[in-house]
Amino acid sequence: MKIKRVLLGTLTVLMGNKLRSGLTILGIVIGVAAVIAMLSVGQGAQNSITSSISSIGTNLLFVSAGSESRFRGGGFAVVRNIKPLTMADAQAMMDPFQAPSVEAVAPILQGGNISASANGQTSTTTIYGVTSNYFSMRSELVSEGAIFSDQQVNIHARVVVIGADLATTLFGRTTNLTGQEMRINGQTFTIIGVLQSKGGTSLGSSDNQAVIPLTTARDRVIRRTGNSVDTIYVQATNADSVSQASTQISNIMRLRHHVAVGKEDFSIFNQQDLASTASSIIGVLTIFLGGIAAISLLVGGIGIMNIMLVSVTERTREIGLRKAVGARNRDILIQFLVESLFLSLLGGVIGILLGWLIALIVGQVASASGTALTPAVSLNAILLATLFSAAVGLFFGIYPARRASLLEPVEALRYE
Amino acid sequence: MEDIVIQAEALKKVYQMGEVQVQALRGVSLEIKRGEAVAIMGPSGSGKSTLMSILGCLDRPSSGEYILDGENVAGLTDDQLASIRNRKIGFVFQSFNLLQRVSALINVELPLGYANRPDEGKGRAAAALQAVGLESRMKHRPAELSGGEQQRVAVARALVNEPAILMADEPTGNLDSKVGQEIMDLLFKLNRERNTTLLIITHDPRIASQTQRTIRIQDGMVEENVQ
Repeated sequence: MKIKRVLLGTLTVLMGNKLRSGLTILGIVIGVAAVIAMLSVGQGAQNSITSSISSIGTNLLFVSAGSESRFRGGGFAVVRNIKPLTMADAQAMMDPFQAPSVEAVAPILQGGNISASANGQTSTTTIYGVTSNYFSMRSELVSEGAIFSDQQVNIHARVVVIGADLATTLFGRTTNLTGQEMRINGQTFTIIGVLQSKGGTSLGSSDNQAVIPLTTARDRVIRRTGNSVDTIYVQATNADSVSQASTQISNIMRLRHHVAVGKEDFSIFNQQDLASTASSIIGVLTIFLGGIAAISLLVGGIGIMNIMLVSVTERTREIGLRKAVGARNRDILIQFLVESLFLSLLGGVIGILLGWLIALIVGQVASASGTALTPAVSLNAILLATLFSAAVGLFFGIYPARRASLLEPVEALRYE
Repeated sequence: MEDIVIQAEALKKVYQMGEVQVQALRGVSLEIKRGEAVAIMGPSGSGKSTLMSILGCLDRPSSGEYILDGENVAGLTDDQLASIRNRKIGFVFQSFNLLQRVSALINVELPLGYANRPDEGKGRAAAALQAVGLESRMKHRPAELSGGEQQRVAVARALVNEPAILMADEPTGNLDSKVGQEIMDLLFKLNRERNTTLLIITHDPRIASQTQRTIRIQDGMVEENVQ
């Protein structure tokens, strides 16, 4: 009964001054909305990156030239005279005695921003020069036609398997393209297959690419010195053998490049590393942005305190009267605390809805621009925001409420 | 033995204004019987408002004894004083002091909300409004009522907990003389019918003349106690 009375009184006061109440909670609304939006978009980004990393293929290791410490910006073990990776390195990794955990090896030449044209349209794309086992390692399937064979790689065939996005850009369709001709870097290629769309990923669209035989790429598109390659993809026999495979490859490479442990001129990444690195970066970023958003919650809290102080001053006579008719200090304290708590919680609820809406819009914008990002509004984030806004209301409400409760009734009644 | 409802003995009140001490009350002693109607008069600054605050338990005396309706009020805490005000004293102010955003009924219910008894709410508040002749105006807000009606709401609010004493501080100060007289008639009627002790602070000799007794205050002391 008492609770009902206090709540009714609070509603009367706040509804009686809608504009002011609205402006007061605006700070909390924005703060909570920002926190919710940041956390859910961050969570969504994490999910999307993790899934796009696993869509690259299964049990993969990526070997590239250059030391890991330099690659990671460590800077202490500077390695000079980096030898490029070669076809012979790739061949050596296939040794079943030295590398029993290795299932398959695919050396790769990669060239970005290479012009591709057909049908009167020109675009830039990423060209991969690969061996035929690349497709199965990357889980790339064709929606039309076929991938090229070892035979075609051996004869330096001028054939290409193109990604769905590139097909759409050049031809406006993804079907009925086999046998069409296109030009890559000015060279004519025959399309023999179209890759199935994998959908956009936050690592960039894997659908805007053209895959050609490694031999042809070296001859005509991506020129490299000697027999070098850019990356070597290694597939481990199963998920448990990924780290064994990594060790075996390291040993082979150290021998071949004559380098000591800790002075490697190559680096090996595996998917799990990549996934955990990416998600920890996103995590840190999310916490950072969420922290900035939390500052606006703080500012919102100060806004509530400000308005409550004004309200206490304005209602000094009311407080005096309430005390004259029997309100104890505690009754006045509770009345004002409930008001600020109610304001902040209302702001919190509106903020959660607004933040949710913002997250949805971000998700829509992301998918419209080709990146699959589904923001995940977690129950934890909602609870956190609710608790936080209630705490803000209590914390910033205590001072004004205490000031109101300690007013002397005589002086409060005389206040003009 | 007569039923004494207010018994004050050598009440003093000293305010510290910076480095200067102001003696608002210099030793006031008085007795008021149950059911009496008493006017307190005096020029501005005479200490009559201070006296009213202390008799109304809104403030404490610096020294002296005060027994209200059988309870010694001198050493009570803030909360205990609030409870005394709630149960034993009804206030009527010059400027009505109604809550503007809520109806007359809710204004009258206000003291009930702070009382520690089971909620008899609406019934008692409605009865009090009926007693002041406003039964048809219960749902109206103060802004929709005339000055006289607003003061009637304030009187109903003062009555609702059936206090022993009704304290009115210039109750007609913001009203014209005709409406003011109606309010005074109402207060006197309640005083007669319910045997509620009535204490009126006023400048107006015509109002004072209608009470049974006038206490004149000058320079913080009782100057004249006219029966």
